[in-house]
Amino acid sequence: MVSIRSVPSTPSGLAAGDFPWIIEHREDRCTLCGRCTAVCPVNAIKLTYMRQRMPRLVLSSSERGSSYRTFVGIRQRTEAANRCIGCGTCEKVCPNQAIKPQPNTVSERHRFINTKGGEAWKRGGRKNEPGPSLLDKIIFNRISMLTDPALDAGRHEFSVNTLLGRVLSPEEYLRRKMTGEWIPPVREIFPFIIGSMSFGALSPNMWLGLLQGVAYCNEVLGIPVVMATGEGGCPPWVLKSPFLKYIILQIASGYFGWDEIIRAIPDMQCDPAAIEIKYGQGAKPGDGGLLMWFKVSKLIARLRGVPEGIDLPSPPVHQTLYSIEESVMKMVQSLSMAWDFKVPVYPKISGSNSAKSVLNNLVRNPYASGLLIDGIDGGTGAAYNVSMDAMGHPIASSVRECYLDLCAQGKQNEIPIFAAGGVGKNGNVTQNGLALIMLGASGVHMGKYIMQAAAGCLGSEQNRCNVCNVGICPKGITSQNPKLYRRLDPDLVAERVAETFMAINTEMKKVLAPLGRSQSLPIGMSDAIGIADKAAADQLQIKYVC
Amino acid sequence: MCRLALKTASEPFSPYTVLQAMEAMQEGYDGSGLGLLLRGLDFTDYSYKAGDPILSGIAHTEEAFHRLGSFMQDRGFELKYDHEFETDLSKIEAKDRHKYILRVYRRPEAWKSLSEDEVELQMMLTRIALRKDGEEHGGDLTAFSFWPDVAMIKEVGWPLNVGEALGLDSHRIKSRVCMAQGRQNTNWGINLYACHPFFIQGIATMTNGENTAFLPIKDWLSGKGFPGYIGYQSDSEVFAHILHYTVRQLKLPLEAYKHIITPLKTEELKDHPQGDFLLGLRNVCRRLIIDGPNAVIATLPDETCMLVMDAKKLRPATIGGKPGEWAIASEMCGVDAMIPDRDPSLDYQPMREHTIIVPPDRQEFQIWSQFDQFPLPQAA
Ligand code: SF4
Ligand code: SF4
Repeated sequence: MVSIRSVPSTPSGLAAGDFPWIIEHREDRCTLCGRCTAVCPVNAIKLTYMRQRMPRLVLSSSERGSSYRTFVGIRQRTEAANRCIGCGTCEKVCPNQAIKPQPNTVSERHRFINTKGGEAWKRGGRKNEPGPSLLDKIIFNRISMLTDPALDAGRHEFSVNTLLGRVLSPEEYLRRKMTGEWIPPVREIFPFIIGSMSFGALSPNMWLGLLQGVAYCNEVLGIPVVMATGEGGCPPWVLKSPFLKYIILQIASGYFGWDEIIRAIPDMQCDPAAIEIKYGQGAKPGDGGLLMWFKVSKLIARLRGVPEGIDLPSPPVHQTLYSIEESVMKMVQSLSMAWDFKVPVYPKISGSNSAKSVLNNLVRNPYASGLLIDGIDGGTGAAYNVSMDAMGHPIASSVRECYLDLCAQGKQNEIPIFAAGGVGKNGNVTQNGLALIMLGASGVHMGKYIMQAAAGCLGSEQNRCNVCNVGICPKGITSQNPKLYRRLDPDLVAERVAETFMAINTEMKKVLAPLGRSQSLPIGMSDAIGIADKAAADQLQIKYVC
Repeated sequence: MCRLALKTASEPFSPYTVLQAMEAMQEGYDGSGLGLLLRGLDFTDYSYKAGDPILSGIAHTEEAFHRLGSFMQDRGFELKYDHEFETDLSKIEAKDRHKYILRVYRRPEAWKSLSEDEVELQMMLTRIALRKDGEEHGGDLTAFSFWPDVAMIKEVGWPLNVGEALGLDSHRIKSRVCMAQGRQNTNWGINLYACHPFFIQGIATMTNGENTAFLPIKDWLSGKGFPGYIGYQSDSEVFAHILHYTVRQLKLPLEAYKHIITPLKTEELKDHPQGDFLLGLRNVCRRLIIDGPNAVIATLPDETCMLVMDAKKLRPATIGGKPGEWAIASEMCGVDAMIPDRDPSLDYQPMREHTIIVPPDRQEFQIWSQFDQFPLPQAA
């Protein structure tokens, strides 16, 4: 045995097999073109010299028994900072299928030492929880085809839009109509909404592609899709464009970008779809937004009114948050006033046991236009791993509780509840969305799904990629580096947005037709769903099926 | 499937004639039951005084029958007329039918000081209290309606047999309006309350087809906290309650019903003369939008009759007749059987946008299209 000194072993030293993703490289196929090493976003692989023993049978004793050859090959780095993130970009560019990342299912030890410099693990992406989600397990089982002539998903007309905005009680509506009083603004929108992703978190090309796609859905396909900006404002050309009506502007605790927005109000050609006040985010409850310095480019700095290249953490709470009455009431009211009470204003909170109390407060606030609840499965551009994995509340029961609470008060039509967090995280976007709608949501917000469907985001529940926070997004989705975001063609993103919504629209009809629903979105139609999990069925007050 | 027949005539007629019309439509139904509502009553052995409430129901046991007697007495109702059905219980499938109730009462003295609205609330609350009393005693008392000039019968069995079992063929009861439906709600398990027509404060509806939006509508109506919005043993009961909500609570004209249950699309409302008002109405009454194939037939206390189609016209319904006498049925042969001596070329089958209204004078029926001007000038 050799002395310990000669073995390169430190407390945080890892071998390639300890990392979350292990590179499989086939020397027999590799032509050493170097594309993979050039493209790897984290420099996880390197070209290096290696030596190989060439055994030989030697008869004369004056010669040594082996000779060595030196060659150039690909090796995975074992420094923690350069751990392979499994993005597969190397695989994509390799002309010879010589390289690919494999998830480490045996001994992932990198997690234990990922605290270099005392820094807790930060990343982008989503909660890492592989396997079907609860929403994936909900099925639609109230088939009315036998008792009644079935609807035809391809032939009949379906009204699937939802309402965003405060809806009055019928009595109050008629009274106000008679007296000519203010009727709160209500938007008729597609129930699948592109959730908040900021201009800053997303690259300019991604943002442009989304907006183009949304405009196409509205103006050509007749699907009234809206998208939310996230914190950090909105490019001035959009603010002053007729596309603003498809955009939900978000104001969050850092108020980033709102100088520009307020200044642009006099020049706006139309009102925004709505204003979202972010109080909490499902992926990281208790944290404000975080835009890491890598991504604060010149453009972003201008939009947000800050110097370039600095971290931009938003405070965890709004500075005005002293009590819910004061903060929420006042903010909702002031923002309504800014647009002359013609734009719906609603808060976004993270799913929690206390969502109901927020909701009840909103019921009494005549200006509040809805509530968006973001569940634990939501995604984010940057957060601590512990927040993402362990903080928050699953969306299904949070939404259900709130809806039933509104029903008990007879107010379920007045304050629409929107649900977010994990919608379509395994690809079942329509099914997930409709399950939430039948549990009581008026619509759903989706972020990660859109990134995956429209731009090919590589993220997954196996902690694949998830480096959205550091500006090295291999797809150019969440990077402000022109070298990277030029990889993303906005026109192609727009095309994918349109394709995605067309498919959701069709899938909705395929679900609604057998249920016999075509006249209105089946919000709260909980008699149509079931789950093969008794405890979940009891909690959600839906049918247990097996 | 349900078969529906309604006849309205200026001259009172026997409900048995409507049951015979049901027979004509027998192919399409399972004959599992009968629901009957009579309005504008005429008894051969009693002269009914307008305004006196009439209780319809079934006392399933003698004990329940006595309880009912004291219940009404305790509340100050004086029995004026007790219609004795010439029953032949052997023809009734169910064995727990002690007595069919059709009784006219005098309003209690204490109601004299009440407004008409309050009286109408009290009548409804009395019916609900009786229903609850029955439910608390193992379902031994069933109360269908308690309202002036309305009689209701619901029973399991083939309609004509039920009619004969109750002696309706003796023509001792006649009425100017008769709604009949020939099926128990077999989708949901048999319960007399689940049988159409449904009744609340003078308003009655019957429907064929399934209302797939039932649960969200029920949840919303229940949340209104109005004591009459209960029951919901059938998905179709909400049609009656929505009509009640439209005309009695919101005080909107009858035409609004169509706009509430099957509102026009946004593009259609953009071109409508009162599109802005109706769009707002659609939003606020969104939870009352029905779904599924339905033809809704309704009658009101003033003897107005109405027929409304679902938004896709997935169910048939025909109206035909002549001045003074009209019939609405889910099948054309039903209209034929009820009013054979009419000009069938003038029969009308409403389309998806139509509401048919037969006003109390019964001279002609109105075809009102949802695309037409909506009769609410002050709001629009
Ligand atoms: S999978 Fe991605 S991170 Fe890993 S080596 Fe390949 S390019 Fe680099
Ligand atoms: S592809 Fe880009 S957006 Fe997707 S997980 Fe990787 S870094 Fe994040």
